[in-house]
Amino acid sequence: MEKMILTIMTKYGLVMSFMVVGVVMYLAYRISDRLTKGRIHGSAIAIITGLILAYIGGSVTGGKNGLADVSFFSGIGLMGGGMLRDFAIISTAFGARIEEMKKAGLAGAVALFLGIFTSFIVGYAIALAFGYTSVVDATTIGAGAVTFIVGPVTGAAIGASSEVIALSIAAGVTKSILVMIMTPFVAKYIGLDNPQSAMVYGGLMGTTSGTAAGLAATDPKLVPYGAMVATFYTGFGCLLCPSVCFLAARAIFGG
Amino acid sequence: MVIFGVTILSFCMFIGMFIGDGLGKLIGVKANVGGVGFAMLFLVLLVDYLLKKEKLSAEAQKGIQFWSAMYIPIIVAMAAKQNVVAAIKGGPTAILAGVLAVFVAFLLVPSVSKLAKKSDVPANK
Repeated sequence: MEKMILTIMTKYGLVMSFMVVGVVMYLAYRISDRLTKGRIHGSAIAIITGLILAYIGGSVTGGKNGLADVSFFSGIGLMGGGMLRDFAIISTAFGARIEEMKKAGLAGAVALFLGIFTSFIVGYAIALAFGYTSVVDATTIGAGAVTFIVGPVTGAAIGASSEVIALSIAAGVTKSILVMIMTPFVAKYIGLDNPQSAMVYGGLMGTTSGTAAGLAATDPKLVPYGAMVATFYTGFGCLLCPSVCFLAARAIFGG
Repeated sequence: MVIFGVTILSFCMFIGMFIGDGLGKLIGVKANVGGVGFAMLFLVLLVDYLLKKEKLSAEAQKGIQFWSAMYIPIIVAMAAKQNVVAAIKGGPTAILAGVLAVFVAFLLVPSVSKLAKKSDVPANK
């Protein structure tokens, strides 16, 4: 009986991982609704759950691939592998429209670039401070401080280890959750009460889920403005971090 | 047909990865330089062009939308296969990087907003 189930789970790994991840997503969104009243977005809870499962999987098997090393869940490795990940990330650009980009104007663009570069530099500095001195490692952690997508995309592109990629995801998720929770409290102090500053805010913070949830808790009318600019953030981050940022870091700190 | 949307998407991925690998070779680094970003940029431009020409059917759009809706679940799977055990040994690096990035961004909001009011008033009057 057990052997039969295991055979199905491994033989049809990819499809079975849809089932497993679906259950995780369902529970995460329930927790988001019931326990946090939607304040912490379900997607953030789901990603943290993923990281926790990876920790459990890694502890149990002693392997390097988190939950995917547990033969029962080997399909997770296919679903979360580089090919489908990049494919799905690229597809999110479908929602972005050039007209909306123009609406954000100069301030939106300035915020976007400033947001990406400052987050990257801050993340890079922290990585250095904690002894991740290789350019590849520090760049990946810096990119993780941009968003939890830009981190792994950059890490995979420049050949970082899974350990460092996990750190970059954790940095991005921390950022996203913090933005969700803190926004309503700091809104007053940073003048976040009009569409214009909401767009600037979206560009500087960048995390779409964080910005959307944070603004919703502040003033729901501001959500589309912030989210609109934030949508471009991950795309530009995926463009700039493995190219301009990586090459600049390599030029400054050596190869 | 739904497959047409998926085809467009994979075509954009091919072009993006090709540019990314090519740039890496050109500069002499063993990396895909910005491939995913180029692919996204390309997808935005191509979809914009096709929508204006009314050449992108609702069915074809569904082919792209499906994958974009699968994005968070795939990221969850990606998170679940990382070497988190080793990462935790790295101490508070990740948390500190995330916290400080947010803090610095908060500080920048007022000054960039000011710039917004001074220099240009976008179309959302």
